[in-house]
Amino acid sequence: MKEIFFWHNMNDILSIAKHKILVLDGAMGTMIQRHKLEELDFRKNWFEGHNSPLKGNNDLLSLTRPDIIKDIHSAYFQSGADIVETNTFSGTSIAQSDYGLEKYVYDINFHSAKIAKEIAFNFTSKEPNKPRFVAGSIGPTNRTASISPDVNDPGFRNTSFDELNIAYQEQVAALLDGGVDLLLIETVFDTLNAKAALFAVEEVFQKQNKSVPVMVSGTITDASGRTLTGQTTEAFLISMSHFPLFSIGLNCALGAADMQPYLKTLSRNASFFVSAHPNAGLPNEFGEYEETPEKMVEQIKLFLDDNLVNIIGGCCGTTPSHIKAISELAAQYTPRKIY
Amino acid sequence: MKLSGLEPLVFNPERNFVNVGERTNVTGSKKFLRLIKEEKFDEAIDVAREQVEGGAQILDVNMDEGMLDGEAAMVRFLNLIAAEPDISRIPVMIDSSKWKIIEAGLKCIQGKGVVNSISLKEGEEQFKKQAKLIKQFGAAVIVMAFDENGQADSYERRIEICERSYTILVNELSFPAEDIIFDPNVFPVATGMDEHKNNAVDFFKATRWIRENLPAAHISGGISNVSFSFRGNNVVREAMHSAFLYHAINEGMDMGIVNPSMLEIYDDIPKDLLKKVEDVLLNRSENATEELLSFAQNIKGVAKSEVKKAEWREYTVEKRLEYSLIKGITEFIIEDVEEVRQKASRPIEVIEGPLMNGMNTVGDLFGEGKMFLPQVVKSARVMKKAVAYLTPFIEKEKGGKLLTKGKILLATVKGDVHDIGKNIVGVVLGCNHYEIIDLGVMVSADKIIREAVRYNVDIIGLSGLITPSLDEMIDVAKEMEKNKVHVPLLIGGATTSRVHTAVKIEKELPSSPTIHVLDASRSVPVAGSLLGDKKEDFIENIQKEYQILRDYHFKKRTEKIYLTIQEARSNKYSIDWKDYKAVEPKLKGIQKINNFSSSEIASYIDWTPFFQTWELHGRYPKILDDEIVGEEAQKLFKDAHKMLQEALDKNWLEVQVVFGFWEAYSIDDDIFILDESGQQIGVSHSLRQQTKKSSKAYNMSLADFIAPKSSDKKDYIGAFVVTAGKNIDEIAKEFENNLDDYNAIMIKAIADRMAEAAAEYLHEKVRKQYWGYSKEEELSNDELIREKYKGIRPAPGYPACPDHTEKTTIFNLLDAQNNVGVCLTESLAMYPASSVSGWYFSHPESKYFGLGKIKMDQIKDLSNRKKEEISVMRKWLSPNLDD
Repeated sequence: MKEIFFWHNMNDILSIAKHKILVLDGAMGTMIQRHKLEELDFRKNWFEGHNSPLKGNNDLLSLTRPDIIKDIHSAYFQSGADIVETNTFSGTSIAQSDYGLEKYVYDINFHSAKIAKEIAFNFTSKEPNKPRFVAGSIGPTNRTASISPDVNDPGFRNTSFDELNIAYQEQVAALLDGGVDLLLIETVFDTLNAKAALFAVEEVFQKQNKSVPVMVSGTITDASGRTLTGQTTEAFLISMSHFPLFSIGLNCALGAADMQPYLKTLSRNASFFVSAHPNAGLPNEFGEYEETPEKMVEQIKLFLDDNLVNIIGGCCGTTPSHIKAISELAAQYTPRKIY
Repeated sequence: MKLSGLEPLVFNPERNFVNVGERTNVTGSKKFLRLIKEEKFDEAIDVAREQVEGGAQILDVNMDEGMLDGEAAMVRFLNLIAAEPDISRIPVMIDSSKWKIIEAGLKCIQGKGVVNSISLKEGEEQFKKQAKLIKQFGAAVIVMAFDENGQADSYERRIEICERSYTILVNELSFPAEDIIFDPNVFPVATGMDEHKNNAVDFFKATRWIRENLPAAHISGGISNVSFSFRGNNVVREAMHSAFLYHAINEGMDMGIVNPSMLEIYDDIPKDLLKKVEDVLLNRSENATEELLSFAQNIKGVAKSEVKKAEWREYTVEKRLEYSLIKGITEFIIEDVEEVRQKASRPIEVIEGPLMNGMNTVGDLFGEGKMFLPQVVKSARVMKKAVAYLTPFIEKEKGGKLLTKGKILLATVKGDVHDIGKNIVGVVLGCNHYEIIDLGVMVSADKIIREAVRYNVDIIGLSGLITPSLDEMIDVAKEMEKNKVHVPLLIGGATTSRVHTAVKIEKELPSSPTIHVLDASRSVPVAGSLLGDKKEDFIENIQKEYQILRDYHFKKRTEKIYLTIQEARSNKYSIDWKDYKAVEPKLKGIQKINNFSSSEIASYIDWTPFFQTWELHGRYPKILDDEIVGEEAQKLFKDAHKMLQEALDKNWLEVQVVFGFWEAYSIDDDIFILDESGQQIGVSHSLRQQTKKSSKAYNMSLADFIAPKSSDKKDYIGAFVVTAGKNIDEIAKEFENNLDDYNAIMIKAIADRMAEAAAEYLHEKVRKQYWGYSKEEELSNDELIREKYKGIRPAPGYPACPDHTEKTTIFNLLDAQNNVGVCLTESLAMYPASSVSGWYFSHPESKYFGLGKIKMDQIKDLSNRKKEEISVMRKWLSPNLDD
């Protein structure tokens, strides 16, 4: 077994994870969509004079409409989530460069962490026997270090390990400054990007002389059972195992039913906790996810029956009702043991 | 241990041995090196694919070669194989002796790979730093049994170093023990030396000890080393490899670099052979080596290479001639030729009969890769002597005319003085029955046309080494077309390439084929095809191939993104001058030295390029033990030393040196050079990289390494010209007159190396003494070759400053023609050829780089600065211009 007593400040979450299945929140994007926001909402007080459209850059809402983001965090905690994710999935200079907002990376991450922590604190105060946590969400960026975007030149890359490392360090430092309890490197479709992220996390931990538990969650894109860059689930696990992770898991792309075989592989081989946050089924022809909470927990029940996970939540299309159903179900089970 | 590519590779007790594919290694595979050098990445990828298909479970990738940008080649290759799922499914082993290459490689692999290798060679601090980073990148590591005192060669040293490495890694760095792989050094046995007798036993014992005492660690090694003494006897080698593996695996070895085709099944080894092999490996009896050696000869049947000299003298005289030719022995040639002549009815029959037969065999063996260039040149020497002896007899007898396959004109083009390659091609073609008309060096286009018409030649071959020669070749092609000289044109020499030939030369000569010839060994089949009956097919194929190259070239070109020269300047390599204080040169002004000790300089020779000249590819000294060319390399090396000794004794390699240091400052891309009174005495106009760089890289220019005027800091620059070639043409001529092309080429090749060695030697003196900016350095010859020192000595015409016209600046500053007798030709080649010139930069951050392609705006800018016509600068820089 790998050392998992790596961090110092979170003995809490470790001991909690040993005796109960932790519940992660659901989708952020799906909830934001419900508000039917306009361009103005993405600019308010911060970017009113910005020279290009910002609508759709959801991470900005932590700055411009913190009220909405706080409401979403509250709704998930209300539904029984133990951990919510910060609204920072695209909070790297690489992803923000599409909008010309590289300079605001620190603000986005710092304030997103702050508001999530504020809500978590409120809930923990009300219900001290169920402490609530905040995981800093770290997305994959919109570039891949392992695949060429140019079909004519398979050796070309539009980003590099070094570039990713720098971008991730910036994001991680800001999230830590904002007070997150964990980091969650998620939707890993290119393991090399994720390796750069772990490298960056290690750098920041050393610089700040502190550390928090780190979760990694990969994405198996389809029935081939591989990541976008071609790795099998087990190869992905091996490629991430040099870091003393808190958990490894899968999210996005698949619904719970399709995710099960790969989750089994992780569960069998991982010496870390295992997490899963699947989509609400597969998108319909309009790109909407329509798996109901009832339907989704039916699938998730199979994970739990097989004792595959330690942490469970939802990705695209999931809502507080899904999380409520999941948390009620999860409470009836014991977590997977690490051998 | 768990590793991964796209798929996992898990070491467990059932998987008792994992083999590493080693053909994607430029130091171990000539073919792979050639493919990488020629940027034939498609074929290089095929080599990797063959490895995986052949059962390799890990792919070793090595790009350590002096002539390569190893870092770029590593990155390019790893990125390309990442796009090949059937290759990238297995883990990668990043193999380099340079940490920078390792780090660059680690940044390209998404799986968990292996670093090959690190060791305590450079001390603990370095070792720890590298191990920590490897852990952070998430890779396993091979640790060599090597420390500050050298490579472990006994059982005690092996376990001492492995234990110390393990303790540091596991206890101090928390490096996962299961990710440590020790390489306890496989050394040859049965070498005839007593101290080598225990080499295999020590390895086995150390393996067992590591397994028992260093929990979870793995053992690896390069197996073929063990059987070096039996090169040429594959039966014995294969048996040795299997037996070695059998015992090593038993002791706990679980990974290794093995060529599967060089492995016999242990149980299939004949029992008597196995016993002798194991006697040697396990050092079980006093005379094990002798017994295996004599046993080995029996297995081989009549051991071809070991027939005693006296014995072959008993053969029939025709056989003796053939033997002399193949072995390159001149000793008996005249008496044997005379003996045949007396038997023959006409003297010409001696040539057409046994001598031709012998040379045909040589040609065949060379074609099959069973003979190497130095041997062929020696064979040619024997042939020449034989023909020279017979010529008077043939001439006396009217009507005797030697049939040749065709006439080939060879010339080094105008402005260029380099002729080693051309001479080798002449010899190789000559001994394949072509009549060679060699016009020598610095031959103008009109002379080539004139002589081609006069001799009615069948083929014209052009050679050149410096980039301006490329333009001269274009001119020759134009002249051939204009004068209706409709014969094939062959292009060869170091700066020539298939792409340049296809894009720039071929179109000037539409009436006849133009073909690039990579090296001397390629010249024979090309000439054969051009003058044979399959000529049309051959030419059509070449033209198709060149069309593809052109298409690719034009397509590729559009993909590069360039900055304007102004933009490039704003991304210059920025050195922080604020706290920098340049060391003031001890000596100022111009210094001339002609009493350096030649023998001391000779110890600075880098032999690797010498072997390349002779088309033996591999790094010195490893090449001497190379499985394929090792034996020939050793012979060549012996001959080279003999020649070097003679040259030193007779003072042929007189080294002359002139150099100087001056105060200098930079403005943009120009370096202004001042004399002691502060008067400007010259300007070095440097070029700047113009391709768009990734966010962390700079658009470099040599001027970036000199303090800018605006910094108000004092800085300095140096320049030098050295030559070792003063007497060489004369000496070589003498050998040629004596029908000894082998030694004529040899002395030129050595003089070239000597000039380079002198430049290296002088640079060291400059760093430590004459300029004195790096007094404390202490480097071995190998480290010098690897350029581990501070400061650089870039030469005009080479990648960092491809502008040959800068040589004029250096020569003027140093008055080199008067001081050392070196002059510049119209193409700015240095004459005598064995000369080197360049600049000195002392800033610790100054480094070599390749300029790459530039755009017209920079040429205009440069012309302006140089006050030279744009068209003139455009011509000089056309090889670098992307238009």
